[in-house]
Amino acid sequence: MLTIDHLVAGYGDVEILHGISLEVNAGEIVALIGANGAGKTTTLKTISGLIHARSGSITFEGQPIHDWPSHRIVAAGVIQVAEGRKLFPQLSVLENLELGAFVKPAKHNRQKNLVRIFEMFPRLAERKSQMAGTLSGGEQQMLAVGRALMSQPRILMLDEPSLGLAPMIVADIFNVVTEINKNDGTTILIVEQNAVQTLTLADRGYVLENGEIALSGTGDELLQDDRIRTAYLGL
Amino acid sequence: MASEQQPMTIIKPRQGLLPRETRQQLMRLLRYGLGGLVIVAIVWTLLNTGAISTWYGQWGVVLRQALVTGVLVGSVFGLVAMGLTLIFGVLHIINFAHGALLTVGMYITFTLFESFNVDPYLSVFVTIPALFILGIIIQRLIIHPARNAPGHNQLLLTLGLALFIENALLVGFTATPRFIRLSYARDEFSLGPITLDFPLRVFGTTVTLEKLAAFIFALLLTGVLYFILQRTDLGKAIRATAQDKEGAALVGIDIDRISMITFGIGTACVGAAAALVLPFLQVDPVAGNAFNITAFVIVVLGGMGNVLGALIGGLIIGLTQELWVVLPVVLPFPFPSSTKLLSVFIVFVLVLFFRPQGILGKK
Repeated sequence: MLTIDHLVAGYGDVEILHGISLEVNAGEIVALIGANGAGKTTTLKTISGLIHARSGSITFEGQPIHDWPSHRIVAAGVIQVAEGRKLFPQLSVLENLELGAFVKPAKHNRQKNLVRIFEMFPRLAERKSQMAGTLSGGEQQMLAVGRALMSQPRILMLDEPSLGLAPMIVADIFNVVTEINKNDGTTILIVEQNAVQTLTLADRGYVLENGEIALSGTGDELLQDDRIRTAYLGL
Repeated sequence: MASEQQPMTIIKPRQGLLPRETRQQLMRLLRYGLGGLVIVAIVWTLLNTGAISTWYGQWGVVLRQALVTGVLVGSVFGLVAMGLTLIFGVLHIINFAHGALLTVGMYITFTLFESFNVDPYLSVFVTIPALFILGIIIQRLIIHPARNAPGHNQLLLTLGLALFIENALLVGFTATPRFIRLSYARDEFSLGPITLDFPLRVFGTTVTLEKLAAFIFALLLTGVLYFILQRTDLGKAIRATAQDKEGAALVGIDIDRISMITFGIGTACVGAAAALVLPFLQVDPVAGNAFNITAFVIVVLGGMGNVLGALIGGLIIGLTQELWVVLPVVLPFPFPSSTKLLSVFIVFVLVLFFRPQGILGKK
C-alpha cells in the first residue's frame, strides 16, 4: 500500500534520512521505532509532504506521492496525527473536528463520522464547544486522533501518540487505534519510542537508527531480538 | 524532530541585584503606579477647579462632535486595519503596501466617478473585486516567491512595492489632489415615515451623509467579513492556517491557496474603505500613508492577527484622533495643537508600554 524506496530527506543543510526503505501493506499495523533523533518524525513529515524528498520515492497505492503537495496527499487518504498534535488552539473542539473533514471525500460523510468519533471519545462530545487549547494533554491527543479519523484515512500515521501522556490514556488511544484497524481495516503506521507497547500491538516493525533502517521483522521477532532488548527495552 | 537537530543552547539566567520575579513585580508596580498617578492627578485637578459643568456647558458640543466623528471615521480605520491584521495573521508579513493599495482604490473610485459618473457607494462593487484580484496577483508574483526569505526582507519588499505604486500613481494622475463631491449630500431623504435631512443634527452635533454612509457600510462589511471567517469553510480554513500552518496542511488545507486568498481579502478591505472615504477626503498619490500608519497602530492595539480587535482598535484610534484635535480648544489650560497622527503615536507608545499584546491579544 505504502512503499518507501531509498528515501533521502532532511532540513536545510542537514540530511537526516540517508536512504531508508520500508513497506506498509494494506490492513497492517506497522511500527517504526527508534531513539530520539533517529529520523522517525522526519520520515512521517516527508510522507505527508511537509518536507520534500531529496531522492528516492514514496509510492501510495501505485502512485508516486513524493512530489505532491500536502493537501493532495491528505485527500488521497494519507493522514497523520503529528507530534505535538498540531491542533488549532483557538478553534472549538467541534471546529477542529469539522476541519478534519476539509478534503472532499471526507466532507461528504462529515456528520456521520462526527457521530462516530463522539461515540469513540465521549469526552470530546462533552467539550465540543470548548477551545482546543484549553483541553488537557490526553483530551488534546484524543482530539488529534479524532480529527485525523474525520479525514477518513486509508492509512493513519501516528507520531509518538504516547508522548507525555498518562499510561491509562495511552492505553485508551492504543485501543482505539487497534479498533479502527480491526473494524475499518484502516492501515496504521505508528512511530514510537515506547517500543514494547508498540511492538506488541504491531504486525511488523522497523528500527530506525541514525537515519537508516537497522532492523526489521514481525513485532514478536523484534521483541525477542537481543539487540532490541538491550538497546530499546532496557532488558 | 527539528528541534532535536539543533545544537543545544544553554540559557543562563541574567544576573541582577534582585531575583527575576521581584524585578518583574517591581516593574509592573511602577507601570501601573505611574498610570494610576496620572489618572488621579487629572481627576483631582478637574474636581478642584470645580468648573466642570460650566466648562462642559461651553465645550460639550465640541466634545460630542469629536466623539461622533471619531466613531464614524474609526469604523473605516477598523476596516483597513482588519485587512492588515488578517494578512499578518496568515502570512506573517507586515504589508507596508497596504496604504498604497488604498490609494489605488481611491483613484479607481475617482476615475469611475469622473469618467463614468459612477456613485462612490456603487463603486465598492468594482473596487472590492478589483483590489481582491490585485492582491492575489501581488501575492502570487511578489510575496509568494519570497515566503521563505527572512522577515525583514519581506518587509522591505512590501515597502518597495508601496514606493512603486505611489510613483506609478504619480505618473498616471500627477500630484494634484483630487476629490469628488456628492450632489445629494445635502438632500432630504424620506425613508417611510422618517425624513432625514442631511447633514443630520444629533444632540447638537452634525452628522454628514458621507461619514454616516461610510460608517454604515464599514460596519456592514466588517460583519460580512466576520461572518465569512466564523461560519464558512473558507473562513475556518483561514483561521486554522493562522493558528497552525502545519496542522492546517495535515488536514488537507492548501496553504498556498489560503495565503493567496487571504492576501486578496485583506486588500479587498482597503478597496472598500477607499470608496467609502473618498467622498469626504481627497486623494493624491500618498493619500494612503496616513491610513497605513494608523492601521499599524490599530493592529498592535487590537492584538496582532485579531480581526475583532482591529474594529475596536479602529474606533479607539478614530476617537483619539478627533479628541486630540479639539483638545487645544476645549482644555482650560494651554495645550499645544498638533497633527492627528501625533495622538496615534502616543497611543502606540502607551500600548507598547502597558499592553504589548493588544487589547484582545493573548500573551
